[in-house]
Amino acid sequence: MDYSIMIGGQAGQGLQTIGSVLAKLFSRSGFHVFTHQDYMSRIRGGHNFYQVRFSDHPLSSSRSLVDILIALDKTTVEEHRDSMAPGGFIVYDPDTVKEDYEGEGFLGVPFRKIAMDAAGNRLMENTVAVGAALGMLGMGLKTLDELLTETFARKGREVVDQNLVAAKAGADFARENCGDCRFAVPGTTATAPRRMLLDGTAAVGLGALMSGCRFYAAYPMTPSTGVMNFMADQSRKHSLVVEQAEDEIAAINMAIGASFAGVRSMTGTAGGGFALMVEGLSLAAMTETPVVIFVGQRPAPATGFPTRTEQGDLLNLAHASHGEFPRIVLAPGSPEQAFYLTGKAFDLAEKYQVPAFILSDQYLADTEWTLDGLDPGKINYQDYRVRAGDLEKMEIYRRHAYTETGISPLAEPGASRHLVVTDSDEHDEDGHLVEDAETRNRMVDKRLLRKLPLIRDEISPPLLHGAENPETVVCGWGSTYGVMKEAVDQLSESASIAMLHFSEILPFPGTKVFDYLEVLRSAKNTVCVENNATSQFARLMRAETGFEFGSHVNRYDGRPFLLDELLEELGNPSADVPEEGEAGV
Amino acid sequence: MFRKKVKPVSELEEFRGQNPAWCPGCGNLQILRAFKLAMVELGIKPHELTIVSGIGQAGKFPHYTRCNTFNGLHGRTLPVAQAIHLVNHDMRVLAVAGDGDCYGEGGNHLLHAMRRNLDVTVFVHDNQVYGLTKGQASPTTDEGMVTGTQPFGVLYEPMNPMALAVAMDCSFVARGFSGNQEQLQKLMQAALEHKGFALIDILQNCVTFNKLNTFQWYKERCYPVGPEHDSSDREAAFRMALEFGDRIPTGIIYRHPRHTLEEALPEIANREPLVHQPFSQEDVAGELERYY
Repeated sequence: MDYSIMIGGQAGQGLQTIGSVLAKLFSRSGFHVFTHQDYMSRIRGGHNFYQVRFSDHPLSSSRSLVDILIALDKTTVEEHRDSMAPGGFIVYDPDTVKEDYEGEGFLGVPFRKIAMDAAGNRLMENTVAVGAALGMLGMGLKTLDELLTETFARKGREVVDQNLVAAKAGADFARENCGDCRFAVPGTTATAPRRMLLDGTAAVGLGALMSGCRFYAAYPMTPSTGVMNFMADQSRKHSLVVEQAEDEIAAINMAIGASFAGVRSMTGTAGGGFALMVEGLSLAAMTETPVVIFVGQRPAPATGFPTRTEQGDLLNLAHASHGEFPRIVLAPGSPEQAFYLTGKAFDLAEKYQVPAFILSDQYLADTEWTLDGLDPGKINYQDYRVRAGDLEKMEIYRRHAYTETGISPLAEPGASRHLVVTDSDEHDEDGHLVEDAETRNRMVDKRLLRKLPLIRDEISPPLLHGAENPETVVCGWGSTYGVMKEAVDQLSESASIAMLHFSEILPFPGTKVFDYLEVLRSAKNTVCVENNATSQFARLMRAETGFEFGSHVNRYDGRPFLLDELLEELGNPSADVPEEGEAGV
Repeated sequence: MFRKKVKPVSELEEFRGQNPAWCPGCGNLQILRAFKLAMVELGIKPHELTIVSGIGQAGKFPHYTRCNTFNGLHGRTLPVAQAIHLVNHDMRVLAVAGDGDCYGEGGNHLLHAMRRNLDVTVFVHDNQVYGLTKGQASPTTDEGMVTGTQPFGVLYEPMNPMALAVAMDCSFVARGFSGNQEQLQKLMQAALEHKGFALIDILQNCVTFNKLNTFQWYKERCYPVGPEHDSSDREAAFRMALEFGDRIPTGIIYRHPRHTLEEALPEIANREPLVHQPFSQEDVAGELERYY
């Protein structure tokens, strides 16, 4: 069993509400769920959709074929009627769409009329649509009942009841009028496994919260704003200050100031905002102030596609800024990875007093996955700073003291008589500005050359998934993890294939723990899959290791890879191996 | 609000830093001296203050005294200073900037710092010229002044930081002159004691690059505002702020007590500074439940 439901319509029609209710409902019913969203950069109108795939086996991607399309407007019908799976149905309200579609695969459900007749409230039309979908699938309404009660409890019993009546009327109508529906959804058992349903945004937010992040400063920018909203929402309950800065320049400088003052801090933005933060990135590096920077990629240059997805900023993050210093770039591939890697970013940033990035994108930010659970205990929380008592005991304190590891004691200013001094100018061990060549050399050795190998040792090797000695290796990074994994799983049935996925990218992983280069060199075909036009990861790989991929699969239209599309691309991976010397870009 | 009630006594010697590399006769030297005297008078110990500075001759200020220091980027003093105070509101925070730093590159940050009204003080060393980059016009340079980068003279009006601050309803607005040590020290004390965002525009001479607004030029024009000036009267403050030419008033131009951000933010209002509030993973682990 593996179904895909798409809700399409204009912004403001409530399709997100329908989509998220269905996603949570399937998750609560014990199914695996994967959702993804596509929306335009406008508040009302346009064409948006929310795709919910659910199954009794684990999912990590969306597929293009749709089983049930809930069309809230005519455009949705026209745009997606060619994507219907055999036996699929387009559900629509003939009154809203102002069209009566004849023939197989259409089910007219007068959402608004049913809402008025059953609940006496036209606002319930979306709940009617949810009910209709459940009716077609032959699912009961018990879980929806629970969900609606939870969701609307604050609005009072009356609203809950209205919703329940509307949902039931929608389900009854669909059951009576969809004699051809042949969906087979197993009944919910009392022992349905308890699963989380989490998107990339909340995963980063939760990771930051569990890591002791106390300060978040940002300027709103899609697709990073969700993390800011998450943190602001948490600030009421937990001690956390969230400041909406006047611009991204202020945001990163505030995050650095807060960290200097003694708390873990973070900022977030997209590529365009990060462009403004770059000077601050070097400041964090020079003053050795820990800071975590979340970058949600979207297609650029400039404003690009504000609400769509791309993996186009990797090389920018790798090289951005003036001067040389260590930086950490972690690129999660799933909400689960996003949670743990955010924890790792905070830990490493403070341990080594360097900037650490969480590099995500719109696709991962908005996709929801089911997972068995998250363990905050696996997020290493250790306060690496020298606090009041220990600081007072120190006879001499030097903020930038030379040490074997290059890591100087990071103290809290004001906690003792010791002064904490740092400078964006080159400085001595006390933090005061200097101009001499000898100190410069020692400081570069300390900040960069001593620390870098230690940080590299903390970076996990890429994940190998699939055949042990694969003939074909499909390689990628960040948010393409899920779709590559499902594609490799399917292709494994008939081919010797494996996935090599990088989620910890800089410092570039070494080969001590796992010689992934050997795996690549032994393979007949090596394919690098990237959501960008110029194979940025492949170029980084070549620069760092000398390895060149045999072929590349790129998508750069602002949309994510869908499972069946990627399967088609990978179906015959040996076909487009370039001639010697032609590989790469 | 959480500041220690009993202040330890500090001595001038405690504030001795590196030897200043400013030009002999530079107004910065007098500003530095007034600051040290103000600190001693207030009884603040070096470690109880953090100075945030940017780039420019004023940016070197904290190195020439002793205190916690974050010497950051050009124009970015205020975001850093505000964040330090947000997470540790026990910490007294002083931002030190030049006219280019605070009014040019950091102009946007100044507007928003006045809006936020955190308990942060800023000294703007205003010599109406760029010193560190050798003599270009600054946002406060008088119209007509010829420089290497303004060969036809400055073609537009100078910025009026005092009028801007009054317009923004900044909670403490003052002008000082490096040549009037006694008044400057008192202004610094008042600004550091003021609860809320305090701006002191400090007129100073640049002996090397500003041959127009010399020490003598300021000396002839600057006059202390009299006791008849009601600094709580915004209209009177505007009139005072607009006076810049043959006569330049110095002193507290405007004072408007209003609530500070740290008093309004529930996470820190009437609570321990954020940096000292305990954190444990167990306290936040329950948030995962919302996603089941």
